[in-house]
Amino acid sequence: MHSLPQIWNALPGFVQSLAFILAVTIVLILSVAYLTLLERKIIGWMQLRRGPNRVRLFGIPNTEYIGQPFADVVKLLLKEIVIPARANGVLFRIAPALALIPAFATWAVIPVAPGFAIANVDAGLLYVLSLTSVGVYGVILAGWASNSKYAFLGAMRSAAQIVAYEIAMGFALVGVLMAAGSLNLGVIVEHQRGMVAAWNWFWLFPLFVVYFISGVAETNRAPFDVAEGESEIVAGFHVEYSGMAFALFFLAEYANMILIAALTAIFFFGGWLSPFDGYIAAGSALRELPVLGLLIGDGTHWLLVKMLFFLIVFLWLRATFPRYRYDQIMRLGWKVLIPVTIVWIAVEGVLCWFRIGPWRA
Amino acid sequence: MSGEIQNLTMNFGPQHPAAHGVLRLVLEMDGEVIQKADPHIGLLHRGTEKLAENKPFNQSIGYMDRLDYVSMMCNEHAYVLSIERLLGVQVPVRAQYIRVMFDEITRVLNHLMWLGAHGLDIGAMTVFLYCFREREDLMDCYEAVSGTRMHATYYRPGGVHRDLPDSMPKYQASKWRSQADADRLNRGRGGTLLDFIEAFTERFPRCVDEYETLLTDNRIWKQRTVNIGVVSPERALQLGFSGAMLRGSGIEWDLRKKQPYEVYADLDFDIPVGVNGDCYDRYLVRIEEMRQSNRIIKQCVDWLRKNPGPVMTPDAKIHAPKREQMKGNMESLIHHFKFMTEGYCVPAGETYAAVEAPKGEFGVYLVSDGANKPFRLKCRAPGFAHLAALGEMVTGHMLADVVAVIGTQDIVFGEVDR
Repeated sequence: MHSLPQIWNALPGFVQSLAFILAVTIVLILSVAYLTLLERKIIGWMQLRRGPNRVRLFGIPNTEYIGQPFADVVKLLLKEIVIPARANGVLFRIAPALALIPAFATWAVIPVAPGFAIANVDAGLLYVLSLTSVGVYGVILAGWASNSKYAFLGAMRSAAQIVAYEIAMGFALVGVLMAAGSLNLGVIVEHQRGMVAAWNWFWLFPLFVVYFISGVAETNRAPFDVAEGESEIVAGFHVEYSGMAFALFFLAEYANMILIAALTAIFFFGGWLSPFDGYIAAGSALRELPVLGLLIGDGTHWLLVKMLFFLIVFLWLRATFPRYRYDQIMRLGWKVLIPVTIVWIAVEGVLCWFRIGPWRA
Repeated sequence: MSGEIQNLTMNFGPQHPAAHGVLRLVLEMDGEVIQKADPHIGLLHRGTEKLAENKPFNQSIGYMDRLDYVSMMCNEHAYVLSIERLLGVQVPVRAQYIRVMFDEITRVLNHLMWLGAHGLDIGAMTVFLYCFREREDLMDCYEAVSGTRMHATYYRPGGVHRDLPDSMPKYQASKWRSQADADRLNRGRGGTLLDFIEAFTERFPRCVDEYETLLTDNRIWKQRTVNIGVVSPERALQLGFSGAMLRGSGIEWDLRKKQPYEVYADLDFDIPVGVNGDCYDRYLVRIEEMRQSNRIIKQCVDWLRKNPGPVMTPDAKIHAPKREQMKGNMESLIHHFKFMTEGYCVPAGETYAAVEAPKGEFGVYLVSDGANKPFRLKCRAPGFAHLAALGEMVTGHMLADVVAVIGTQDIVFGEVDR
């Protein structure tokens, strides 16, 4: 008889990878489904309403609303996908996939647990940057292929917006790169080890703010949702989409939210590092406690807690702010965020040079 | 290959989330910038004016509710006033106070709807639901006094339909609502309608503060409204603006002060005016109007508590007899039948009666040839003049500003198309 770990180790590498990919993808799809529910509930509470409260999970009592995501999926799957007569059929069909795939593929390099990522790539940061920029092609192609004026306007807005915010985002990450001295996401997390103040947010606070704002803009979330612009261009780039094709855009938006929350946690808030590091010594009796000890230590749960926090901030922003106008977003991106990052990179360079702060370089 | 660069012509509405009903705008755009905006009207034309020519006077009151369907009683008011002027009847003071109180409740109702919709247009979702929380209470006042939550048909020539009720409608427990929930909802509904309204006026200023924390100093809100849709005072007058659209441009014109009707002359309130004539000023004006309306409602409640009395003119010809008289008295039964079928005749003549409706000057021009039906009825809707200026207000702005301007105009198509 072989034990389970032995069987696992005997498997060929690609099978192991496939298993990991499958696990991460399934968890991700489920979290996307429940993030939609979380959004509706949380915004509901903020707005004095109840949100979804009808669909039970398999009829189990007291699970009202738990089944909602499944009901939504079933509804969307059963709806017809209407392809407009004058649309470009091929592009119209591949655009939703183009929006969704990068949002999932980026997870390959995310360090989800201490020392573990599906692919431990040294150029992880570049991979993340390139894939998040690919995501916008889905939006642009969808808007163009629909052959609708509203969708076209949405695509135009989105294209211009992404260019501006990619730059700000990239510059913010240059700061992270300078701090960690590596493009490997695992190393970036590991480098922040110490205490809460050693996490990047403390020394790179302006970059953190810029990164998170750009992240909100990247995902086309309120108050930067001009590409959708409900009250202006109806639904923007996806006006013509229905059924599951629409749902793929929807999934992509939420998958991107989760991704941005995870990346923010990793780049600026120490990823899976525990906030108790440096306060409770490594050999202390507290760490030996059966369950509490594990909770206090590093682990995926801390990454999840941090992600959840940023996700709720996403929702909070949506419930609070009016929508920017398209040119105002451009102004914010080019004239505020990009200069801030450039200035702070210079400041950081000086700090690095004089070895002020926890720098590697 | 040679191509000609053309402007993009876009159809905005009639089925558009920001079209406020059935507005159809044909926009000519250079990129995102509006070159020309052409509003099309008529999609909600119901022929109210013509219908009124074929009915006894009282039977058209209900149509007035449906003109501007978010400021129902104010429309009734103008119509009822015009009939009263031709008849020359005197309305009891208590009825006048009730009318003023409900005019102001209607103003708050309308402004809450406007604020919510305007916020939603600009992307601030939450204000909408906050506003609807207070609207709900005011709708209950409508229900208590008239039996309906929207189309009240409460004002009548000579007064109002009946006096204020001594109790509020209450929630009942049901399969979906537990007794505890029903009790919670019924809290504050134990007393009379006046108690309920007074409690509302006590808490309402704090609610307005709440809306303001979300919007007034919000940078995005200001970026979206300041210097958008600017109308100079001169131009506002030329365009026939009225109401908050005119006051936002800095002209202090309010029929409640300038040509007081009912008991407005005895009440204490201020008229807010704007400075720049942009969307933000109009927003501030309307917010302040809600606070002033609240003051007026409070004064009316105080007066109505102390002064009981009749709410209908003693002239029995222009209102139906009391129910118990009709059931027990042959002459009253005949009168009831004649009143309900034939109505009453109004002396020949013509008149124009206008009230300061929440959206501006709502007027009714009434011509009578001495019959029991109007010879001609013409409604002057404030929204019509405002909409006519839409093209001028949005030219040179961006697409997103179009919705801000539609929002600030507080357009309702019921009154524009009639």
